[in-house]
Amino acid sequence: MNYKDDFPMLNTGIIYFDNGATTFKPNVVIDSMDEYYKEYSANAHRGDYDISLKVDVAYEKVRDKVKEFINAKRREEIIYTKGATEALNMIVEGFFANILEPGDEVLITNSEHASNILPWYKLAKNKGIDVNFIPLDETFHITLANVKKSITDKTKVISIAEITNVVGDARDIKEITEYAHSKGVFVVVDGAQSVAHKKTDVQATDIDFLAFSAHKMCGPTGIGILYGKKELLEELDPLYTGGGMNESFDSISEVYYKDLPLRLEAGTQNIAGIIGLGSAIDYLNSIGMDNIYYTEQQLSRYLIEQLSKIKHIDIINMEPDSGIVSFNVDGVFAQDVAVYLNKYNICVRAGNHCAKVLKNSIGVKNTVRVSLYFYNTKSEIDKLVELLSDRDKIMKEMI
Amino acid sequence: MDPELRREIILDNYNNPQHKGKGTSNYIKVNTNNSSCIDNIDLWVLFEDNIIKDIKFDGEACAISTASTSIMIKELIGKSLDEALRFIDSFEKMIDEEKYNPELLNEANVFDEIYKQANRKTCATLPYKGIIKAIEEYKKRR
Repeated sequence: MNYKDDFPMLNTGIIYFDNGATTFKPNVVIDSMDEYYKEYSANAHRGDYDISLKVDVAYEKVRDKVKEFINAKRREEIIYTKGATEALNMIVEGFFANILEPGDEVLITNSEHASNILPWYKLAKNKGIDVNFIPLDETFHITLANVKKSITDKTKVISIAEITNVVGDARDIKEITEYAHSKGVFVVVDGAQSVAHKKTDVQATDIDFLAFSAHKMCGPTGIGILYGKKELLEELDPLYTGGGMNESFDSISEVYYKDLPLRLEAGTQNIAGIIGLGSAIDYLNSIGMDNIYYTEQQLSRYLIEQLSKIKHIDIINMEPDSGIVSFNVDGVFAQDVAVYLNKYNICVRAGNHCAKVLKNSIGVKNTVRVSLYFYNTKSEIDKLVELLSDRDKIMKEMI
Repeated sequence: MDPELRREIILDNYNNPQHKGKGTSNYIKVNTNNSSCIDNIDLWVLFEDNIIKDIKFDGEACAISTASTSIMIKELIGKSLDEALRFIDSFEKMIDEEKYNPELLNEANVFDEIYKQANRKTCATLPYKGIIKAIEEYKKRR
């Protein structure tokens, strides 16, 4: 498939391998946002005139699209947020801060993104909960055996990414959740790297909370989703109060909030972003999530196969379950590799990828990361491999 | 400067950085890092009577940062605080494309075209941010 007609950015001559950071936007997404700003630019929930009603309808229609996209049971389980980070903070601060007691334990892993570590660390500092780590095996995967070993009487929450952003491993969320629930443990899933890349089914996995961002799935920046089971969201304290989320407020003792989902959406939301997210979901569905998953698998296998042939390249994750491949070039600092590739208009990420604690597990602080998406091609990978195959050239041109 | 020579000097300082190591407790230790990238360097500076007697560095950083640190240290050791500050000022002016004194900078002139790569400017100036911190700390203690 050639996606050049769909994505303006695919016609810039840039080879983009940083899809874990954000993805390109197709015309359908850009156009739908433009259309909102140009043709019915009004606020939502203020339906006294036609264009505002049109916004209301669009705003709620996207909620239904998201519900179907992740197979949630109810539309009020879908909450608009700024992104996965805000959603995770809402889950931790709005829900768990109110039910966890000092000494209660949250289990995460060494390969989580900062957004799924720091809110818990903050809670640990403020509330005296413990944050412990489920050990990873030698290929950086979580095994059910290690989950079983890690859960104690104190464990109340497991909070993990479905796919991690440095080593690209996929977790068997269904299996983990089934066991966790049998022990009365909540499961929070960071879907930032997974929802865009494989079919998500929150009913099949039975997870309690899910967070993800639109911009990593061909949608706009500044919009994301918090999913939670209805009975749990009912208990989630709004971090923000204000317009749009209240029923009435005649006095301090007479403040009434709206029902879900609006109760958790204070203030004017990112309406253009929401509309763009709706178009992104339509677009991904038109390609098919299974097709996207399959294409990425093919591409990442091909990339690993080709990179393995180069002696001076050390691949960190030989068995990714996604389009994320991390590696280092012998004797060359990761950032210098990125600078070198940039000279050929190839975008890769160098660094610790917001997973600073991962160095405890892989023993390497910084890596070069290629994160693929369905619109990448084998010929782009060939170009990358060709440029990486000549170490002298890298050394010569990296500065 | 001839681009080949420039590259050779930078690479030589990257591959064989001078004064790598850690200082003892009589050194002033500062950390310098770039929030936008992954360079992270510790500097140990030994001052005596307003003279920079020794500098050592350790950490992980890219070719430009490492080479810039190595060159800066070689140039600053033995300089008085005033001389050092003039050197630093001239270097920063060069990076910012302002009028500067190339005669002061010796080997550090290899970075005279780094402004062409905007994302590398912070790499070249990284050790300078550190040494300024160390000088301020020394002045405070004095």
